[in-house]
Amino acid sequence: MSDLPERDVPRAMHDLGGVPRYMCEAIDTEPHELTDFDREVDAIRQILGAKKVMSVDELRRGIEALPEAEYLRLSYYQRWTRSITAILLEKGVFSEAELRAALETSA
Amino acid sequence: MIAPGTPVRVREDWPETRGRCHIRTPHFLRGATGRVDRHLGDFPNPEDLAFGRPAVRLPLYHVAFDASTLWADGKPEAELLVELYEPWLEVLP
Amino acid sequence: MTLAEIETGALLGALRTLLTEKGITNPAEIAERIRITDTASPALGAAMVAKAWVDPDFRTLMLADGARAAESMGIPMRGMPPLGVLENTPEVHHLVVCTLCSCYPRAVLGYPPFWFKSTSYRARAVRDPRGVLAEWGTVLPENVRLRVVDSTADYRWMVLPMRPAGTEGWSEQALAALVDEGDMIGVTLPEAPSGAVAQAE
Repeated sequence: MSDLPERDVPRAMHDLGGVPRYMCEAIDTEPHELTDFDREVDAIRQILGAKKVMSVDELRRGIEALPEAEYLRLSYYQRWTRSITAILLEKGVFSEAELRAALETSA
Repeated sequence: MIAPGTPVRVREDWPETRGRCHIRTPHFLRGATGRVDRHLGDFPNPEDLAFGRPAVRLPLYHVAFDASTLWADGKPEAELLVELYEPWLEVLP
Repeated sequence: MTLAEIETGALLGALRTLLTEKGITNPAEIAERIRITDTASPALGAAMVAKAWVDPDFRTLMLADGARAAESMGIPMRGMPPLGVLENTPEVHHLVVCTLCSCYPRAVLGYPPFWFKSTSYRARAVRDPRGVLAEWGTVLPENVRLRVVDSTADYRWMVLPMRPAGTEGWSEQALAALVDEGDMIGVTLPEAPSGAVAQAE
């Protein structure tokens, strides 16, 4: 890939179209089976959307707010989990105290 | 309503620099010139939905861009079709 | 430990507990939702493609209103985003991407594949579409124009590929078996067993 000068623009980190650092990265074309974790996170997101508790737009906004290092490190559905947690906290669906209590009991 | 075939320019605006936002206009299109392919319908503004704010319904257009105008190494035989909301488009004379 | 440090498996368990306590959902409903989601797969889209290949009226409907076409085949589309169908021709080949996230026509193709959600695909598809196709060994004639469709808003997009040569008289079922998810996103071309693909002019 050529080292053409790129416009220095304030790109949000999820806004990936044409980003130079990925232009030489190979694509992993292999199928990767979804895990039980993946399926459950996906299902919960759908239910929250259908019941108007949290929209897909809010999910995306929550993902976009992740620090870049987190965004790149986490798997696709791990990002969703972090976003869903943050958005539901923000919207007061549950409190941080309730979340910590639930983490204790699930542990 | 913007008619098919109308040349449009994507606003050279960077809300990302002014704080929390949710934008569905890719960065590589800001300031780019394209052509309206067709009106896709009217939909609630995702920039508001993302923050649980009441969302106005906005016209959504499919807009075509010549890829060679977007990047120095953009492919001349490639066209990009992107869904863009009306407030992001400036109609060119 | 800050919330950001808590492992996501533990977070999922806590979410499940809290949402159940709050009466928002419960494990049985979640399990049912997983079951329903699993019923969508590329086979649905392939059936639509095959029908479009043999039935010109259905093809017209599919291109004009993908959701209505899907519904006419018994695919549940209520509450689903509008479905846009992109017709490949000998002159034009379509490639679908979502550079901003992973918008995908799930109602007719099922879960998006890993590669569709990857940073490399999302970055490269708009800027180097032929290079992306080459990752699958797909090579198009030089005169074919590429149209890369970036799913940035409310529509979900699928490709209606060209029918491979050498399939005259085939049943819809046999035709559908030739079509896979890559063909309906645009990274591959459907092939008849002889290896013949649709002829470009």
